[in-house]
Order: sequence, then structure tokens, then C-alpha cells
Amino acid sequence: MRMSKIVRTGANLLYPFILIFGLYVIMHGHLTPGGGFQGGAVVATGVALVIVAYSFEEVTSMIKKVGMKARESIGLLIFIGAGIGALAVGAPFFSNFLAHSGLLFGQSIPSGPNPGDLNTAGVIPIMNLAVGIEVWGGLAIIVLYMLSSIPKEGS
Amino acid sequence: MIEMAIHSLVIAGLIVSALMVFYFRDLLAATLAAGFFSFLISVEFYILQAPDVAISQAAIGAGLTTAIFIITIRATSRYEGGNP
Repeated sequence: MRMSKIVRTGANLLYPFILIFGLYVIMHGHLTPGGGFQGGAVVATGVALVIVAYSFEEVTSMIKKVGMKARESIGLLIFIGAGIGALAVGAPFFSNFLAHSGLLFGQSIPSGPNPGDLNTAGVIPIMNLAVGIEVWGGLAIIVLYMLSSIPKEGS
Repeated sequence: MIEMAIHSLVIAGLIVSALMVFYFRDLLAATLAAGFFSFLISVEFYILQAPDVAISQAAIGAGLTTAIFIITIRATSRYEGGNP
């Protein structure tokens, strides 16, 4: 069963906007509500929208199973790499060694009421990014495997 | 006062959408009603000042669960009790 042209065009139009909003939620995870898991779930919703709108043969030319598996693995590798990186500089495991260092995400937070600076919080945004990429791949591949079990003829 | 009114409206919508899930024979419509139920739950979480949980509920409950149900309906039959 193919979805109608309205559904397919709407999915094509909405897909980049949902992707951008989910990546915004991931990237601002340490400042605003949401974080790695919530943003990754929003991105995976956009992928699921495309997966629902098309048939399996059309989806596999756009969204690859290998790419989603690679996202899941790369996210977990970045997460554990951020933990081991703290060991490499002599701090305890998973310690926040980038905060107040002046390097990546390393600025100090100004005191008093302020709108929040993206370039703060040390290793937390990196872990948010890792969890976001991992949840994106994991939840998308669940829906993709659901679709791959539909028989060819359909109803 | 206004909060009480919004709470009552959301909870009434929850009950109505849950009854719609129960009564629909068209399973696609029942799935969309379940998605609307999840959306109302996420609005309720937002009113109760838990925006984190509201984003999770809107993405997982209203988005991914509905997508999985729609894929299942595509693999089986659309109407309850009908011949496949």
C-alpha cells in the first residue's frame, strides 16, 4: 500500500525542518529544556515520517540501514571517548575536564541573571551530541526494521 | 482560575480521545486518536512545568508509536474484524 501524493509531499517538506529542530534541541541541551535523548527522539520522528510515507524499496534508496547502525555505534564511541579523555588528562573517569579551560565549550559562566552562553559547560554538550546521534540511529533503525518485514505485495 | 479551566479542558479531551480509541472500527483512525491522546498528555506535562518530559512524550508517544502502529496497519488489514 502506497501513501497518497499529499502525504509524500508533506513528508518531503517537513523532513528538513524537523531535523533542524531536533538538532537545535540537542545542541542547546545544557541551556534549555531537552537534551540528547529528547532531541534524538525528535530527529528520529522526522526519519519515521519519511519511512511511513514511502514503501520499503523507495526508503532504502534514501535511508540506509548501514548508516543508521554507524550513527548508533559512533554516538556510543564519542560518549565513551569523552569519558576516557578525562582519564588521559589525569582527571577521574567522566570528569568534566573541559569546563573553565578556555578550550572547546570551555568559557566560564558569567554570574547573575543572563540569557545563557552556548560555549559553556565543558564536556556536557559533547555527551549530549553523542547521545543525540546514538538515539537518532537507534530509534530510526527500529522503525526501519518494522517496515522491512512487510511482504512485497502488501494489502 | 484560568489554569483550572485549561486543566479541565485537557483532561476532558483525554477522556474523549481515549473513548474514541475504544469505539473506532477503522484502525487508522483509532491510531490517530491514540496519537492525539499522547499529544494531550504532553500538553498536560507542559502545564505541570515538566517541559523535558513533554518533549519526550511528544516525540516518542505521538511520533514514533503512531509510526509503528501505521506500519503495522500497512502490513495487516485496516478494518477491525474485516477479511484481510
